[in-house]
Amino acid sequence: MGKLKTLASLMTLGACFFAHQTMAAGGGTHMESADIKPDNISSLQRGARNFMNYCSGCHSAQYVRYKTIGKYLELSEEQLIDNLMFNAEKTFETIQAAMPSKDAARWYGTPPPDLSLMARAKGADYIFNFLKGFYVSPNSPTGVDNLVLSGTSMPHVLWELQGYQTANFATHDNEDGSVTTTFDGFEVLSAGAMDAEDYDDFVRDTVNFLAYIAEPVRAERRKLGVWVLMFLIFFFILASMLKKQIWKDVK
Amino acid sequence: MARIEAEIGKPQGGFVKWIDDRFPFTSTMKYHVTEYYASKNFNWWYVFGVLAFVVLAIQLLTGIFLTMNYKPSADDAFASVEYIMRDVEWGWLIRYLHSTGASFFFIVVYLHMFRAMLYGSYKKPRELIWLIGMLIFFVLMAEAFAGYLLPWGQMSYWGAQVIISLFGAIPWVGEALVEIIRGDYSISDITLNRFFALHVIVLPLALIGLVFVHIVALHEVGSNNPDGIDIKKNKDASGKPIDGIAFHPYHTSKDLVAIIVFLMIFCSVVFFAPDMGGYFLEHANFEPANMTATPEHIAPVWYFTPYYAILRAVPSKLWGFVLFAMAVVLPVFLPWLDRCRVRSIRYRGWMYKTALSVFVITFVTLLWLGMQPAEGVYVRMAQFFSVLYFAFFILMPFYTSRDKTKPVPDRVVYHG
Repeated sequence: MGKLKTLASLMTLGACFFAHQTMAAGGGTHMESADIKPDNISSLQRGARNFMNYCSGCHSAQYVRYKTIGKYLELSEEQLIDNLMFNAEKTFETIQAAMPSKDAARWYGTPPPDLSLMARAKGADYIFNFLKGFYVSPNSPTGVDNLVLSGTSMPHVLWELQGYQTANFATHDNEDGSVTTTFDGFEVLSAGAMDAEDYDDFVRDTVNFLAYIAEPVRAERRKLGVWVLMFLIFFFILASMLKKQIWKDVK
Repeated sequence: MARIEAEIGKPQGGFVKWIDDRFPFTSTMKYHVTEYYASKNFNWWYVFGVLAFVVLAIQLLTGIFLTMNYKPSADDAFASVEYIMRDVEWGWLIRYLHSTGASFFFIVVYLHMFRAMLYGSYKKPRELIWLIGMLIFFVLMAEAFAGYLLPWGQMSYWGAQVIISLFGAIPWVGEALVEIIRGDYSISDITLNRFFALHVIVLPLALIGLVFVHIVALHEVGSNNPDGIDIKKNKDASGKPIDGIAFHPYHTSKDLVAIIVFLMIFCSVVFFAPDMGGYFLEHANFEPANMTATPEHIAPVWYFTPYYAILRAVPSKLWGFVLFAMAVVLPVFLPWLDRCRVRSIRYRGWMYKTALSVFVITFVTLLWLGMQPAEGVYVRMAQFFSVLYFAFFILMPFYTSRDKTKPVPDRVVYHG
């Protein structure tokens, strides 16, 4: 049995060997942890509200059905229709952007991406920092640039809430004559309707919702996984006893 | 009259006899299962063959159900995978089992191959088993590669783009070959369709056929054991090997325990970390394929990265491809590169022990390097470890023939 344990842990090690590595961060800047709470239903409800009010005008979530959201977020059909479904009639419909994608592509140069899987593609931390990373940049057509995704064509949609900020950059002269520019903090230019802490919570809830729609089955699979493992442990005990019994006469 | 009728209708030894008169059922079961004798001192390294069989079954079963809902077209493929993940009943579980199964297939097969290297299982008279096994490995690589294109994500598309374009490095025929593989001037709907055909029909058929032959060849010569001793040399009066025990019920009951332990690890990934931090399901593959936007960092899935690291270690495209292909093919020659008369590492000298240890470190390091960007110190490291990789094989005839071996006992070591 000792050897079996060693082997099992070896296999787990093999599988987990690289699992701790974090996702590639854009721009090499430090990423603040989004610290989302996937099991907090009220956070997800607030996130759904934020998403429908601020994101769904331009972004679709074309694989996500209102019905699915309602079920997990404990919202009734009426609540869905009254509060979330601005351009949909039936709860089995998926989330479509209000703005036609063709027009959006003409206005912004690139169509706003679908957000169904954004949290799985980029990671929650990336979106959290992206939504906090807009800063005033006079040369940009939208008036802002983003620390996480430099040159983004997305305007600062949440400016009313966050306000405007500028980014400070420090330059260092290297020994070989080249110059490195590093980010050196934001500075508030004009305050928004929310203070920094409330805005963080607002973004956190929104990112939490995005992470949820990226894999709606997450909670279900984890719950089922516990039962599956419990069954396997039970089955393991029986099988070990059977093996011992059968191998009794092997000398 | 009545008596004759009764005799004709009467069973003459039951249903099994009826079958046996028409099909070699009992004799086959005896030969391959109940009277197939394998050494009693198998350790846990010997479970990976059965586990590979289990993973194959998982992949075939889940694959059938995925095919029922997947759409092999550039327009619909990505959406149909999300449809499976969200709208198909239990679709998410079937898909995660299949995607996790792909990675575990390689984990199990790599460990199975390592077992052969530990105990000299490829040595005479088992060379053919090893050759068939290597063929299985090549088909498995093709199968995994074709399958990875099907979700039609960014990494599916660009990973395939990079790997297929490698064949373009072959002089004269390269470009034509690449076009034949793709069926188009770039990876397109046509490529997706033919990869689907390969992934669900051609390669699985080949895989099943080869696995069958692999087992038939194994049962012809008999299984090796951790001592590398021929157990057929010591037989009792009835002609059965003294150190052998029947596959069923002895080894099957032991394998059952191993299968459950394996499923515990497998299910931990399926239910609690199906992406495996981006190594089993790459993050960029959650974006649909976009031929106008290259992802920042293209890396094949982890099980191909050791060879990919070797490819990138060479500055020339042609020689990179040659070494890449050699790295994959070289293990085929192990039965003839290894000149040692002793099979098991238990009785081999320090040279082989050292070489094998270095080789394991080399393989894992190359695997890691293949995921890193090809720049600076990573390239230097990849070059260093590529040399070690090839040295293991090319120098093998020298160090294995000179290695001091320990005397091999007559009977297997078994402590009960």
